[in-house]
Amino acid sequence: MTLNRHLTGWLMALPLTAVLAVFLVLPIIMIVVVSFWGATEWSIYPAFQFDNYEFLLTSNVTYRVYFNTLKYAVITWAFTLIIGFTVAYFLAFHVRTLTWQIALFLLCTIPFWTSNIIRMISWIPFLGRNGLANSALMSWGVIDEPLDWLLFSDFSVILAFVHLYTLFMVVPIFNTMMRIDKSLIEAASDAGASAWQTLWHVIVPLTKPGIMIGTIFVVTLVMGDFITVRFMSGSQKANVGRLISNDIALLQYPSASATAVILLITVLMVIGLMLRFVDIRKEL
Amino acid sequence: MPQGIATSTGDLMRSTFDLELNNVTKAYGDTVAVDSIDHLFSAGTYACLLGPSGCGKSTTLRMIAGHESVTNGTILLNQSDIAHLAPAKRGTAMMFQNYALFPHLSVLDNVAFSLRMKGEDAAVRHARAGEMLDLVAMTAFADRMPDQLSGGQQQRVALARALITNPQVLLLDEPLSALDPFLRIRMRAELKKLQQELGITFIHVTHGQDEALALADEIVVMNDARIEQAGPARSVFDAPKTAFVAQFIGAHNVLSLPEGLFAVRSDALSITDVASARLEARITSIEYQGTHVSLTAALSGDQSVTVALTDKDFFGDPKNTGEAIGLDWKMQDAHPLRA
Repeated sequence: MTLNRHLTGWLMALPLTAVLAVFLVLPIIMIVVVSFWGATEWSIYPAFQFDNYEFLLTSNVTYRVYFNTLKYAVITWAFTLIIGFTVAYFLAFHVRTLTWQIALFLLCTIPFWTSNIIRMISWIPFLGRNGLANSALMSWGVIDEPLDWLLFSDFSVILAFVHLYTLFMVVPIFNTMMRIDKSLIEAASDAGASAWQTLWHVIVPLTKPGIMIGTIFVVTLVMGDFITVRFMSGSQKANVGRLISNDIALLQYPSASATAVILLITVLMVIGLMLRFVDIRKEL
Repeated sequence: MPQGIATSTGDLMRSTFDLELNNVTKAYGDTVAVDSIDHLFSAGTYACLLGPSGCGKSTTLRMIAGHESVTNGTILLNQSDIAHLAPAKRGTAMMFQNYALFPHLSVLDNVAFSLRMKGEDAAVRHARAGEMLDLVAMTAFADRMPDQLSGGQQQRVALARALITNPQVLLLDEPLSALDPFLRIRMRAELKKLQQELGITFIHVTHGQDEALALADEIVVMNDARIEQAGPARSVFDAPKTAFVAQFIGAHNVLSLPEGLFAVRSDALSITDVASARLEARITSIEYQGTHVSLTAALSGDQSVTVALTDKDFFGDPKNTGEAIGLDWKMQDAHPLRA
């Protein structure tokens, strides 16, 4: 009987294990292996050497690009957190009926009915030199000539990131907030807490696991992205993802692999650090 | 004697102010949850709001606490109307049904929460919270988190947290319903003892008549958004005024006699010869219950009565199911009921 149950358990875990092994573990092993290979301008050859890593870790460019990537991640994280928390708070605590909560929540997901890239590109005519934003501002008399930093700048990159990824913050925070017992809010007001005190001393601490899950989503998505940065900066800004994509475009697979390995390690370290502060197991 | 307790705590009272409900109404659109009730809770009483679910007792309590807005009427405490004040400004404190302890705070910080909101120093608030934990015998658990406590321990922490605000009235929303039956009896004894020590008013919402009888100096029976009957526990039990109260409080028969409706306690009924009896009945079931025996008998029509005989009386003259019996009672034991 016990043997049987063990066997059933293993069998049930088998399909997922197989999928992960073939499509996740194996490719990562491949990447790690290739990252030690050598390359010339026209060929790559199997080897075990640290040239790629040496070049990467001693290059000034790497550090500037990593700094830029982290800057995007931190700023995007801050904006998505503020917007995501506010939206989730509104949905969970101000919308009274479940029907309206579900309806408004679905409304938030409507942008996801089209592809990422289309949503991103649709900013370009809006933000451009002769775009809607500039012409509106000029016709209101706020500015005399078009703002250049609206498009193909850090501003437009971060704007697109925030637009694309805020929902990844809303969903886990909303989910955690819905599990907060409403009588805790009453207990806080019974103890004389003002609305802000209730928010800071009761709701925020109890929402931490949701905030952390949202943070992991946003940080990993931003750090791994290359297409948003390329389109929204008009190829004028770089992040680690673009470094990898450029290497691949030049068929420099060993160098691309080494960069990917370092990026993976960096992201895992960031997540590991965050998980030390907040226990998210209750949410899983 | 419940009345005796009421007077003795009355003497210990720190204030002589009572809690008074005047014409208090709660309506949700067209639905009336509480229909213009009036009641005076004397300071220092242990009062139970008793009634079936949906009768308005919890809504009444939550209106007193300030967690539910009052549609109409006034709530007087300290001779001023508190009906529209913030919960913490009323001189009341509430203990929630599921205790509502903050899961992210230790026992000590839960109890100290209201002092922290007032901006007290950590040292001051922890000292005060320590005293409150001492009062409920939970000092040893000060560093635990709420989910590491049993139901009874959580209740004590919730009590300490409510009492640290020095309320004049403590409001308890079905405080014992989350506990198992044995613990429930122990905790209700502790509640009663605490109330007597503190001498403040406790208003306790319950749907259990045994709980209300065991605890209350005063019972307020509610039904259908109104107060059916209020008074000292013994007078409510001995002389129910309506058929609803007689049935809800239990151990009563509601008899429909030619003179009208009467409530007669099942242990006030005695069995006699059919010939000399006030009523004739036929036994439908007999249950032995240790100290007494409970007979159910059918009257003419479709009425049925329950007779509680002491085990000595029953086994002195045993009866069988199906036997015809006569029922008798003393005149003063039959209480006329309002329709």
